[in-house]
Amino acid sequence: MKFTLGWLKDHLDTTASLGEIAATLTRVGLEVERIGDPAAKLKGFVVARVLDAKPHPNADRLRVCVVDFGAAAPAQVVCGAPNARSGMTGVFSPAGTFIPGKGITLAKGVIRGVESEGMLCSGAELEISDDHDGILDLPADAPVGMAYAAYAGLDDPTIEINLTPNRPDAAGVAGIARDLAAAGLGTLKTKDAAALAGAIPCPTPVKLDFTAADARLCPAFALRLVRGLRNGPSPEWMRRRLTAIGMRPINALVDVTNYLTFDRGRPLHVFDAAKVKGALVVRRAAAGETLLCLDGKERALDPSIVVIADDAGVESIAGVMGGERTGCDEGTTDVLIESALWDPLSIAQAGRKLGIVTDARYRFERGVDPAFCLPGLDLATRLVISTCGGEHSRVELAGAIDATRAAFPFPWSETRRLTGVDVPADEARDILRRLGFGVGDGEETALVTVPTWRPDVAAKADVVEEIVRIAGLDRVTSRPLPRPGQGPIASPLTLLQKRVRAARRALAAQGLDEAVTWSFVSADRARAFGGGKPELALANPIAAELSDMRPSLAPGLIAAAGRNASRGFGDVALFEIGQTFERADDGGQRTAAAAVRRGTAKRFGAGRHWDGAAGPVDAFDAKGDALALLEAIGAPVAGLQIVAGGPDFLHPGRSAKLQFGPTTIGWFGEFHPATLDALDVKGPLVGFEILLDALAPPKAKPTRARGKFEKSELMPVERDFAFVVPRDVKAADLLKAVRAADRALIADAGLFDVYEGAGVPDGHKSLAVNVTLQPREKTLTDSEIDAVGAKIVAEAAKRVGATLRG
Amino acid sequence: MDDLASLEARSLAAIAAAGDEGALEQARLDALGKKGAVSAALATLGKMAPDERRAAGAAINAVKDRVTEALAARKGELKSAALSARLARETIDVTLPVRPSPAEAGRVHPIAQVTDEIVSIFADMGFSVAEGPDVETDDYNFTKLNFPVGHPAREMQDTFFFAPDAKGERKLLRTHTSPVQVRTMLAKKPPIRVICPGRVYRSDWDETHTPMFHQVEGLVVDSSANLGNLKWTLEEFLKAFFETPKVGLRFRPSFFPFTEPSVEVDVQCRRSGGEIRFGEGDDWLEILGSGMVHPNVLRNCGIDPDVHQGFAFGMGIDRLAMLKYGAPDLRDFFEADVRWLRHFGFRALDVPGGE
Repeated sequence: MKFTLGWLKDHLDTTASLGEIAATLTRVGLEVERIGDPAAKLKGFVVARVLDAKPHPNADRLRVCVVDFGAAAPAQVVCGAPNARSGMTGVFSPAGTFIPGKGITLAKGVIRGVESEGMLCSGAELEISDDHDGILDLPADAPVGMAYAAYAGLDDPTIEINLTPNRPDAAGVAGIARDLAAAGLGTLKTKDAAALAGAIPCPTPVKLDFTAADARLCPAFALRLVRGLRNGPSPEWMRRRLTAIGMRPINALVDVTNYLTFDRGRPLHVFDAAKVKGALVVRRAAAGETLLCLDGKERALDPSIVVIADDAGVESIAGVMGGERTGCDEGTTDVLIESALWDPLSIAQAGRKLGIVTDARYRFERGVDPAFCLPGLDLATRLVISTCGGEHSRVELAGAIDATRAAFPFPWSETRRLTGVDVPADEARDILRRLGFGVGDGEETALVTVPTWRPDVAAKADVVEEIVRIAGLDRVTSRPLPRPGQGPIASPLTLLQKRVRAARRALAAQGLDEAVTWSFVSADRARAFGGGKPELALANPIAAELSDMRPSLAPGLIAAAGRNASRGFGDVALFEIGQTFERADDGGQRTAAAAVRRGTAKRFGAGRHWDGAAGPVDAFDAKGDALALLEAIGAPVAGLQIVAGGPDFLHPGRSAKLQFGPTTIGWFGEFHPATLDALDVKGPLVGFEILLDALAPPKAKPTRARGKFEKSELMPVERDFAFVVPRDVKAADLLKAVRAADRALIADAGLFDVYEGAGVPDGHKSLAVNVTLQPREKTLTDSEIDAVGAKIVAEAAKRVGATLRG
Repeated sequence: MDDLASLEARSLAAIAAAGDEGALEQARLDALGKKGAVSAALATLGKMAPDERRAAGAAINAVKDRVTEALAARKGELKSAALSARLARETIDVTLPVRPSPAEAGRVHPIAQVTDEIVSIFADMGFSVAEGPDVETDDYNFTKLNFPVGHPAREMQDTFFFAPDAKGERKLLRTHTSPVQVRTMLAKKPPIRVICPGRVYRSDWDETHTPMFHQVEGLVVDSSANLGNLKWTLEEFLKAFFETPKVGLRFRPSFFPFTEPSVEVDVQCRRSGGEIRFGEGDDWLEILGSGMVHPNVLRNCGIDPDVHQGFAFGMGIDRLAMLKYGAPDLRDFFEADVRWLRHFGFRALDVPGGE
């Protein structure tokens, strides 16, 4: 919403400065976005008189003028304008003035041997007209030395406010003035439009053609004829104001409707009566109907859109935009002026469907003042007659105007209850009355009647807002929020939130950098990672590559690794913790943690190093990250099962699923070359993903005490075994077999070498195991140690077909 | 006993001259060995008269002791010299670079760090953390929050929608974390004190808007919470977050469908050369929206607005991160450029609230 200071002062009698007005607007909730000063562009231009104009001694077409511009001494100016003459009054710009029409700053100069101290200006040079043939020729009484902008009335500052959608009343200058007056910045002086009768009947009948259920679409439609007028340009003051707020003056009839839209927040429409055929019918559009609109575009209509039609078809889209066929132009002599009430929701939907944003739609969809429907028509009629002449008819009113608004008891204590601010009842009553509310006299509670122009006020809290915004929100003082309740304060975080936090720190501690990638990926990528369900595809994605909710964090991380690689950072290790999507219902959103490593970004450092270069990343780097995460969130890692073979987007021989019992909680491994090809990212690339919400909660324990600590005084004994097993035997199974040989004595069994090649039969591998025996009661004898060794060998042979390497 | 004195002198000289263990052993054998000089001297004692023997024996033994002592001392010297020589050979170049610890190398994203900071501050004021799904219903995202169907307020937020399901219900991506407030109020009776951090989505993309961003909202519902309590809560939060001893706040009337009265909050600041300081200066920065929870919202969530009341506020986490840590372009937050992550990210051990 934009207006000028002068316009505001039509409605508000105030001595306040522009700064005070702007500050007050923002303070009462009409936030000022921009103050425009058109005079700034015309700075330096002054009214001047040409005392003498003589021919230039060295140029036939130039004159040397002596110019009085209000300074102590006149200036000498060389001027080439044909209309420059002695005694004329014009506009002078001294050296140093910026000339907007030329985009230059004027300097003193010597033209054909004669000094020139400034310039007499044309309208084009000031950018106030297209005329650049001659210099501006002002009336003789124009005061010499006055700033031209002030003289010409081009110094009216513009004010632009960011209007919130709840305030249709402030979509008119009069409504803004009302708020300022209520805030104590002056007196409201908006004149009530005196009712206008009319001697002749309105010749065009109006019919509201709706079913009873649809009657809400157009509660009232008022129409008046003004005949025998002359439509020309609107008055200078009106054109200047419309131009100042960025509107293009068209002709008097159209300008009047635009002017009242901004002056009173009352949109109107004008039809050229000569072009209207028969009666006006207000109805839903029929399927297939179209309208060539005033903006020159043809629009297809349907029954959800309300239109005004005559015998020749649709001529206007209700409350949104008029049609070309019945529009007013310079030839219009008889005009039909429409002032109607529309259903805000229907206007909003029609406007959105048609993609039309107009000042009329803006106001109707927020709710215009129904009580101003007829006064607005009268005001428009007066403006039309005063500008264009003509004779007006009586008003043809179809439907009925219901201007009743809510009325309810308001306890004065409510303001203090909600805001903590003490606004005395008298002050609050006064504020409400200045805003136009009806207020009863109750000491404790008063009946409040909402003004017709405030559809947004419906209940007590709304009234509180009115009181405090005018009284001033700076009266709200800070009061401590007492700590809630008694008893111990529960943890602010849920189990899952704690897991997320622990996982984040643990993964960063593995040398991984945390990324935050989009929650949506392309449909292809969603499908490649197990997603792509229609229920998770956006109907209106912002870009094709951001169309589907991600089924996994991996595609976003792989793409990020690829982007970094293409910038020259190929050894990247990234992780993300966030939401993934299985279904559209509440339970379908999961919380996952994932990481990828690319190039040589191994767990203990990337790239070449004097202490040993890092090789390419492999599945074990990803496994290490995954296990570090599980340890950090307190998962029972001892019970974790690592099952060879992961999801399809991984290398089938270099990947695994992570499971606790039957529950799969994630995967790790090397990405499938086909996956990387499809994502157009080069490997080596490995990664893991774990669903943090898939892990069972830990068993509740009555105490945090640890188990009994056993400290043996006896030295442990270590023995090594080199086994040969078939190649497909899993190391974990061999270790399990070894540990099972004697659960009491074997404290630990570790794998310290894996070998295939010479000395080991084809299809087999050698696994070297280090076993720690912890004696419990007495030192072990050699024969006891040998006996355990024999049991280990036997168990390994029985369970996984292992033999001792010869 | 010239002979004994020269024997001692000879032996001590040989010991002193011994340059290694072998030479020292030879000197020992020459002096104290079975065929050594001292042994030879001792062998002469048998032929002596008792008196003479006593005196000579004592003298020879004294020489023997001194030679033994000299041997031990020289042995120590040689050992120490050998160790010094070995250590000298073992010298390393201590300036060789070491690989950084992974714990120092990895980085936590500023959004996560700032979220942890926010949670830690509000947790201290008795707030707990509530979360909800990103894929929401129209009812929770709009209707229950007092956005009338078709009202222009719905257009303030460019919403991402999904296709309608079999029942004709059209889900959407939440445009704010306010549906979590709805879910909290539906699930829990007052008193309620939660913050709701999370991802939100709006169809918008330029230097200051991304289609996905992060918000944190706060909700307090009890029997007395008012705008004064809201102001205090925000002041406490902003002081702690921006680490300033004081903070100036300005309340401006505004409009949000789910609050009444609605308040836009500006924070006092000083801007100079791309840097921004809070708690000083005469500039104001719009930082968050807030207000008293709209009675319709309370009613929609089964809470009687004449019995309970409360306030809510919401702010951008990404924006707070930009303001505090000086990251200029929002789009960089989601680019995963490791140069940016290493510049603006945080070490794993920089846990907020732990300092």
